[in-house]
Amino acid sequence: MAELVWIFVSAALVNNFTLALFLGLCPFFGVSREVGTAVRMGAANLFVLVITSFVAWGLNTYVLGSAPYLRLISFIVVIASLVQIVEMAIKKLSPALFRQLGIFLPLITTNCAILGLAIFQTNRGYGLVEGLVFALGAGAGLTLALVLMASLRETLDLADVPKVSRNMGLVLITAGALSLAFMGFAGLFSAE
Amino acid sequence: MKTTSPVTDMTRGIWQENPVLVQLLGLCPALAVTNSVANSLAMGLATTFVLLGSSVLVSSARRLVPTEVRISTYILIIATFVTVADMVLQAVVPDIHKELGAFVALIVVNCLILSRQEAFASKRPVGRAALDALGYSIGFTIALVIMGSVRELLGSGTLLGWPVFGPSFEPWVIMILPPGGFLTLGLLLVFLSWWQERSVRSVVDDAAATGRKVA
Repeated sequence: MAELVWIFVSAALVNNFTLALFLGLCPFFGVSREVGTAVRMGAANLFVLVITSFVAWGLNTYVLGSAPYLRLISFIVVIASLVQIVEMAIKKLSPALFRQLGIFLPLITTNCAILGLAIFQTNRGYGLVEGLVFALGAGAGLTLALVLMASLRETLDLADVPKVSRNMGLVLITAGALSLAFMGFAGLFSAE
Repeated sequence: MKTTSPVTDMTRGIWQENPVLVQLLGLCPALAVTNSVANSLAMGLATTFVLLGSSVLVSSARRLVPTEVRISTYILIIATFVTVADMVLQAVVPDIHKELGAFVALIVVNCLILSRQEAFASKRPVGRAALDALGYSIGFTIALVIMGSVRELLGSGTLLGWPVFGPSFEPWVIMILPPGGFLTLGLLLVFLSWWQERSVRSVVDDAAATGRKVA
């Protein structure tokens, strides 16, 4: 149990997917303009991450044992078809949400966080439960980073900054400060 | 479809539409592996190989791929080249491969590569697609090496492993850690935007001095 908690906290805070491992930067910069959209994007990511973890576990256990070199290709194909299904489901169930997430929904496929999760999970030899907890932690971390960033940007929109740094430059520097703050979590476990 | 000269196809990606510095594509590797020049170069070359290979293949097969499944086809082609690059790196430079870790495999999901297939290689002849891929790869590699040089120089006081500042230099460790990646790229973008601003302003000033009106 303690190990599962560690996996969760490590994925969510200490090795935050976005701020420490640079995974999932496209949505982090692209959909972090409003808190509401950021929450929904985070939730969509969390959902896909959990399914990915399950699929990666299944592929590793039952299919890829004899052909590990096909890992990358099979991961990406299965994940891509999966995201397609999720996209169709969301389009059907909530057209408003579909419009808001716009171009970034199909791009979840080419989101490094998704494939990164599958690869990390494989490299670390996580089982089914560990993998799912890892996915939950990673998703929670991604959502946290997205929402924090969106809140900061909503405030920054009102700030009077030099004109040259008004666009992505400022956003990246803010992300740097956020990442710096998250490094504080690195001492969370070594203190014991 | 706009027609462009071969030279434009090649040079456009290097500076004007630089994938990292202008289009902000492929940020994931640009931030994650640029803590040293050697890593940046290895990542740049691996991406070059994958982009060039996929563009040529996608362009040669452009009449055979049905529109509905084109994205999946592109991703499959890209994943194949990445698998090759991954194995080659592992065999030739095992140390760097270990440091790049999962990020070699993650070239598959580099938005830059997929966007070139969709926007260019799938519609143009093989030669043009290769030129375009080469230009964007060079632009990508240059951006990575700039980032890597700044971060290695400040973060470890070395360049390609050679000490630069002498023993009295206290390395800014933060530069080779994750926050350093965000900060370096952020400041680089601010600098570029300032530079652009300045050149625009000088044009306006010249016009004002000669009494012309600027629209």
